[in-house]
Amino acid sequence: MAKTTITAEQPKFRKESVRRPTVLKDDGFKESLKRRVAGLILPFLLFAIWQIIGSLGFVSKTVLPTPSDIVMAFKNLVVSGELFTHLKISVLRAAAGFILGAGLGLAAGIAVGFSTKTEGVLDPSLQMLRTIPHLAVAPLFILWFGFGEASKILLIAKSAFFPIYVNTFLGIREVDARLFDVARILDFSKWKQIKLLILPSALPNILLGIRLSLGAAWLALVVAELMGSTEGVGYMMMDARQFSNTDIVFVGIIIFAAVGKLTDSFVRLLETRLLKWQDTYNGR
Amino acid sequence: MTVHIRVREKSFKKGQTAVQVLRDIRLELEDGDFITIIGPSGCGKSTLLKIIAGLDTDYEGTVEIGGLPVVGPGTDQGFVFQEHRLFPWLTVEENIAANLSLKDPEIRKRVDELIHIVRLKGFEKAYPKELSGGMSQRVAIARALLREPKILLLDEPFGALDAFTRKHLQDVLLEIWRKKRITMVLVTHDLDESIYLGNQVVIMKTKPGSISRIIPIELPFPRQRAHPLFQEMRQKVLKEFETADELPLIEGLGI
Ligand SMILES: Nc1ncnc2c1ncn2[C@@H]1O[C@H](COP(=O)(O)OP(=O)(O)OP(=O)(O)O)[C@@H](O)[C@H]1O
Ligand SMILES: [Mg+2]
Repeated sequence: MAKTTITAEQPKFRKESVRRPTVLKDDGFKESLKRRVAGLILPFLLFAIWQIIGSLGFVSKTVLPTPSDIVMAFKNLVVSGELFTHLKISVLRAAAGFILGAGLGLAAGIAVGFSTKTEGVLDPSLQMLRTIPHLAVAPLFILWFGFGEASKILLIAKSAFFPIYVNTFLGIREVDARLFDVARILDFSKWKQIKLLILPSALPNILLGIRLSLGAAWLALVVAELMGSTEGVGYMMMDARQFSNTDIVFVGIIIFAAVGKLTDSFVRLLETRLLKWQDTYNGR
Repeated sequence: MTVHIRVREKSFKKGQTAVQVLRDIRLELEDGDFITIIGPSGCGKSTLLKIIAGLDTDYEGTVEIGGLPVVGPGTDQGFVFQEHRLFPWLTVEENIAANLSLKDPEIRKRVDELIHIVRLKGFEKAYPKELSGGMSQRVAIARALLREPKILLLDEPFGALDAFTRKHLQDVLLEIWRKKRITMVLVTHDLDESIYLGNQVVIMKTKPGSISRIIPIELPFPRQRAHPLFQEMRQKVLKEFETADELPLIEGLGI
């Protein structure tokens, strides 16, 4: 069985080797395939055992629904259109909060990065705000803005602000001083200095900041929606919990994980595109 | 351009104490001179070039180019650094053009010309990480030449190149020098290079960095390294090192 799969793969490798005629590459590919298959064995086994235990009725479905229950719940939610409605609300909330928070974070990071004066005025206060846990300000936001969208979006914005602020600031400050000499020799205008030297140099950090901010925004969304809402994936989960529909709770968890992963992959793609000049970039 | 260089003193502060790096440097360059500076490592050659370029203004003395004092860096003083210092995020042609627009047909034409001169055809779109050290240095030279500086300062520009490319670029540099009459100041570790290129060889000594002697090289261009007169000059420069007691430091580095 194993042998036939390998021979079946052979023509594929040939095509590959036209472009990269290294024998080592093919071996590497086979190795990585093997490793990937090996990595799948354990989850697969777990799912199988999980399903069997559930089907035999050892565990109550309100505690642990079987994988097939979860798939069914997922299907029902998709067919009824409920899932899409809630997901849309959640994504919009996260996006609004992220754009607000990350936008301000980027602007503040650039402002503080470029001028030590702005740094002196702004950074100490921001650093103080940064240390306040999100959960601690949540009650205050609710008091001020009620349970409506405003408090949720602000909570998300607060979380998204800091990762990108800190990283942008750092990125700008870490520009190679020797390249500044080159910019002086070549007589760069202020604008060219920013466009050709500072921003590209800070870009890896800015992208990292965006990635971390996205993660933080997503996390804050979950907190905001679980705290109290009338729509959204978090609401869907809380609602299902009240009726002991544990399978729907699982669907919610999986949705949160999947969308989080998806946005992260998107930024990573952006990184590979924008940072192809980077010598250290080797996260293939 | 005539260039007057007077550095009475240059020192770096290390905590409380100041370490004197340069003392009493006087150089007069005539229009179209090609000066080569040679001296032991750490004698302040790079520091001197930075002062001439206007990158370092914290010293006692004056530098004048064409009668005007240098108060800061600019495109009149071209500079090729010891390390290439390319922008990693720009391609070869973008690095050469840098703040000048490649969309400008005149710039485009000159960039292409320079790419041809420094033998980088086919690498226009490559990033610095894809270049060898020598190739990177050639990009840096092209970048400096595009600005048509009045004086070109080169800090061991060919140190990282193989002998073949080095010889080619030395000739390219000589050709540019003769065509455009740019005043050149080139720092080198290589005895032969200093004699092959310079019409004056400035020999420096260390602690503190100062000029031990200036030897005019009156051989016609192109110079033949094997020519007896060339070898005679070589002996003369070497002898200066012997008297300066820096021979062991230099001998291993010349070709
Ligand atoms: N920024 C600096 N701060 C303190 N000391 C410095 C600085 N730059 C150079 N020096 C010191 O000045 C002296 C001369 O340095 P410089 O780089 O000019 O030497 P160099 O002649 O170019 O040497 P090499 O041939 O190795 O390039 C050295 O002793 C060095 O330690
Ligand atoms: Mg040096």
